[in-house]
Amino acid sequence: MSRTYLDYLNEKAMPHMWCPGCGNGNILKALLAAFAALDLDPRKTVVVTGIGCWGKADDYVTTNAVHGTHGRALALATGIKAYRPDLTVVALMGDGDCATIGGNHFIHAARRNVGITAVVANNHNYGMTGGQFSATTPAGSRTSTSPYGHAEEAFDLCELARAAGANYVARTTVCHYRQMEKLITEALAGEGFSLVEVMTPCPTYFGRLNRRGGPPEMWRSLKEEPGLRTGCLVKASRPSFEARYAEIQKAARALTGEERDPDAR
Amino acid sequence: MSPVVFMQGNEAVVEGALAAGARFYAGYPITPSSEIAELASRRLPAVGGVYLQMEDEIASIGAVIGASLAGAKAFTATSGPGFSLMQENIGLAVMLEVPCVVVNVMRSGPSTGLATKPAQADVMQARWGTHGDHPAVALAPWSVQECFSLTVAAFNAAERLRTPVFLLSDEIIGRMREGVTLPEPGSLELVERPAPTGPAAEYRPYRPGPDGVPPLAAFGGPYVFHATSSMHDEMGVSANDAATAASVISRLVAKSRFALDFLPGPEVVRSAETGRGCRPGEPVLLVAFGSSARSARQVMLDHPDHPMTLFRPRCLWPFPEKELSALLADHGAVVVAEMNTGQLLLEVERVAAGRVPVAAALRSDGEIITPEQIWETVREVARRPRPAAQALGWKEGGR
Repeated sequence: MSRTYLDYLNEKAMPHMWCPGCGNGNILKALLAAFAALDLDPRKTVVVTGIGCWGKADDYVTTNAVHGTHGRALALATGIKAYRPDLTVVALMGDGDCATIGGNHFIHAARRNVGITAVVANNHNYGMTGGQFSATTPAGSRTSTSPYGHAEEAFDLCELARAAGANYVARTTVCHYRQMEKLITEALAGEGFSLVEVMTPCPTYFGRLNRRGGPPEMWRSLKEEPGLRTGCLVKASRPSFEARYAEIQKAARALTGEERDPDAR
Repeated sequence: MSPVVFMQGNEAVVEGALAAGARFYAGYPITPSSEIAELASRRLPAVGGVYLQMEDEIASIGAVIGASLAGAKAFTATSGPGFSLMQENIGLAVMLEVPCVVVNVMRSGPSTGLATKPAQADVMQARWGTHGDHPAVALAPWSVQECFSLTVAAFNAAERLRTPVFLLSDEIIGRMREGVTLPEPGSLELVERPAPTGPAAEYRPYRPGPDGVPPLAAFGGPYVFHATSSMHDEMGVSANDAATAASVISRLVAKSRFALDFLPGPEVVRSAETGRGCRPGEPVLLVAFGSSARSARQVMLDHPDHPMTLFRPRCLWPFPEKELSALLADHGAVVVAEMNTGQLLLEVERVAAGRVPVAAALRSDGEIITPEQIWETVREVARRPRPAAQALGWKEGGR
């Protein structure tokens, strides 16, 4: 008997805390549907979150979950996956969490190609703390801390992950539910580090401060955003960190025999 | 017969960790702790363990916490700048109640400071480095042998208490080589974290056990659980009410007091035990830990005719105040020797509370405190009058 997304949803925690017009609920549905599509065992699945609006998603799942510190979800996830390669480890982060305070962990998790699926909700600002600019805020945009327009350029997260060496990189939007579910499922099923960047509107802050209209207008313009590359952007098959480390363990054992040090004293 | 080997303090930490059952290390290289990482990288994969070198110390302690949640006995090692970077996630380990061991081979600061020179100036950082009210457990070895044995004790305490435990070594102890007796495999008393029993559906990851410590499952096992850095109820679900916060904080903080029951106690060495006997009169109590305690011990050996007692806490946090307090009545003065501008001194003064004069032999220039410096301080403080106990309103022997 296969599971449905409802098997992974902690209904006791509903209704969720996200604002009207926010796309996080849609990402959650797609994530849990991807869990169901792969029939993941909740006992063998760990959801790791950092801090932020999307970082609250751990409250809403029935799998193992750990809600850590801001920007450090990938560090925790790396420890879990490295020690238990048999587990499915998912990191849920926003753009502030992943690309800004956690940017260094992000590029190194991708470079290490550790088997974690990062599902990043990118809404171009810090929603939780009141709409300040993040590392994905487009230049010129107004936010709570760029009232005259933003002086910095934004990261392209997918390009960053690709350059760093991630095996799987994809982008979608909350307006493209079926694509989102398919990409997350593909990411979860693969080896090595995978990123699914999901563009999602923040009508409460980013939309309001940039006069983008309300939720319907923001969703419409996101759906039709010109030049936004979506779909699977990178699909490589480099061995994962865990696979490589298993070889190292094997070599170390063979070299040392009986748990002895190579330079036995 | 247990084998005796010639070994460096930092190496003995790794041997102690492996003997304690550690199978995961994540760290970032930093002088003077790097030998721990190097040996861990060589030994761990050979025993089926994992060595990770992370992008910084923030990630290192993060990975350690993740691995521990997945069931590993896990540790990291660092020095001052790295210990500073780890502080936020040390609080995470406290809040998630995740066992782990953090070795800090102390070096001279602040900042990069004297990167290759010793200090003992992270005593208060070990106690209060992470924000918020929290327990703190810190052990301090004074020999290579204790680098081994106190690392084992640190893992045992971490697992039993479900909290991070610090090993405060220093550049001298970490880099020194001495003979070490390695216990026979299987002869060590090892403590495992309290494990849940009963049906998975009834597991409450933050319901305290009989001693206040909740049983901890491992990700990937039969128990599914949720852990959060936010204030939480027994299910590990965020809870913002005042009653929950008060009970969680008081239970977490109480771990320090509970730890005193089983952590290694202070070593007390009286000069009478050197075989020379005490002169009449009140001896001076020397208080020192780690490498400074070796200089303090030397003072006693150099001046056998002058009665002294060495009080050497092996556990700095929680501070063994009862044991220290009990000794004060028999001593005319206290001399605290430490490589900082006076950190453990504050704790000793708090315990002494004016009952006896407290002097300090301090040094913070990256050089070890010499026995001569301590001796000068002993001679100076021995001349001071002991405060009248009644005038201060103190009852002898009690606080």
